[in-house]
Amino acid sequence: MEWEAVIGLEIHAQLATKSKIFSGASTAFGAEPNTQACAVDLALPGTLPVFNEEALRMAVKFGLAVDAEIGKKSVFDRKNYFYPDLPKGYQTSQLFEPIVGIGHIDITLEDGTEKRIGVTRAHLEEDAGKSLHDEFPGMTGIDLNRAGTPLLEIVSEPDMRSAEEAVAYVRKIHSIVTSLGICDGNMAEGSFRCDCNVSVRPMGQEELGNRTETKNINSFRFIEKAIVGEIERQIDLIEDGGRVEQATRLYDADKNETRSMRSKEEANDYRYFPCPDLLPIVIDDEYIEAVRETLPELPDARKARFIEEYKLSDYDAMVLSADYNMAAYFETIAKASKDAKLSANWVMGELSKLLNQNDLDISSSPVNADQLGGLLSRIKDDTISGKIAKQVFEVMWIEGGTADEIIEAKGLKQVTDSGAIEKIVDEVITNNQPQVDQYVNAEPDKRGKMVGFFMGQVMKASQGKANPGQVQGMLKKKLDALTG
Amino acid sequence: MSLDRTDVDKIAHLARLQIEEQDTPEYAQNLSNILDLVNQMQSVDTTDVLPMAHPLDAVQRLRSDAVTEENQRENLQSVAPAVENGLFQVPKVIE
Repeated sequence: MEWEAVIGLEIHAQLATKSKIFSGASTAFGAEPNTQACAVDLALPGTLPVFNEEALRMAVKFGLAVDAEIGKKSVFDRKNYFYPDLPKGYQTSQLFEPIVGIGHIDITLEDGTEKRIGVTRAHLEEDAGKSLHDEFPGMTGIDLNRAGTPLLEIVSEPDMRSAEEAVAYVRKIHSIVTSLGICDGNMAEGSFRCDCNVSVRPMGQEELGNRTETKNINSFRFIEKAIVGEIERQIDLIEDGGRVEQATRLYDADKNETRSMRSKEEANDYRYFPCPDLLPIVIDDEYIEAVRETLPELPDARKARFIEEYKLSDYDAMVLSADYNMAAYFETIAKASKDAKLSANWVMGELSKLLNQNDLDISSSPVNADQLGGLLSRIKDDTISGKIAKQVFEVMWIEGGTADEIIEAKGLKQVTDSGAIEKIVDEVITNNQPQVDQYVNAEPDKRGKMVGFFMGQVMKASQGKANPGQVQGMLKKKLDALTG
Repeated sequence: MSLDRTDVDKIAHLARLQIEEQDTPEYAQNLSNILDLVNQMQSVDTTDVLPMAHPLDAVQRLRSDAVTEENQRENLQSVAPAVENGLFQVPKVIE
């Protein structure tokens, strides 16, 4: 039987505010435990929340970027459950009247097809603290630094039909929130994480199958793997005569499988109700239009500009504009090297290759854009060849430093002194008499190709440093002179 | 509308309250009385009345995004029953 997967996603984007959503404590990552948890975050009796205006502005920015209805009146609700990293006993969230209503984004798949994905809603809420289960025997350690950090939960329509579509959607949302500057997008630190709702149904069937939710996946690769694995698991289960139980699952990256976290029987009853500690948030058209004025360039516009301004191909423009940090990186080196095509090739080639191998995001690349820009400038002004540049890049990746420092220290500067090149060319011609004879005896139109052998020998003898253009010209002249 | 024993047990469990079995009927009765009162209010015609999220006719005031709180960990943890390495300690919880 042919099956169709139905996928909907919930993305939690941590908003890049300086202080928390309802208190003046810092949201900086990586502080000592509980040093950024104030009385409000700890839910001490008598404390009251005061809403952060920047969190509101950021949420509205997102809503405008996905062409959504903005809630002119939005209301905070309490989602009640008990867990030690949630000191209040409820999470302040928005259920009934969220700040962002129905919107949409367009995704582009690898084969170039476009698809519109609905955004059901996006609402503001606070993050919980962190539980550390493994540090003390029999006890759980609680760090409340993260408690009260503002989150924007972005809920999609169940419009995706494959893991590829889901990943394209997540990448697009990631690109939008980072372009807007409302989220740093750092998935490793948990600033951007994704819950995947997956179900399968026989192709053509209208009714949806039972779905499972896989929570808190924090890399694009894991999202794809988790969805592919979950679709297969559900199909196998049904084809073996079983049925999918509605459940929350946890993705285990080490085993590349999802496992059950809690089943429906124990499902929480959150007993939502409007939070009496917070009044409704009311904004008007003037506010919304003022925010619209501040919207920066968004990914689709950036892609169009890359094609126009840098003459990039459609594909290159799509890849380079998709990630905000990658786009900024590309533009820095394109300006430094004054060669957009060369810059595009390096970002998508050498740089991406090493980033992928080391599982790194471009924002944490060991080689920054100024360093790579400097390196490409040295290719452009003929200080080094493209081949040597790859060597310099590898040194840069491991040891750091500027291109000039590395070229100087390793003596990699291209040899353009024609006397020095001539000496090597002469040596190569003298030491390879059989090949010279072949060249001389070959038909004139075959000789062009045969120069390649001598080129290789000269480049090898010069350890790649001879200027290839000069070598080529000189070889041709000298070899042709021998043919009389 | 009246609640039975199972409803009371469920509500108690959700609220993490331990209640004595002999008290359950009384709780069921008291809670049912509250629901009856709500039911009575339900009979009022509210066709043209918008639901309100708050009894005050006011809107939320906003705070500027500035860090105003300093680290007060020592102070705040002085009332905690158990603390280690800066972490609050609670009995082990794993779902």
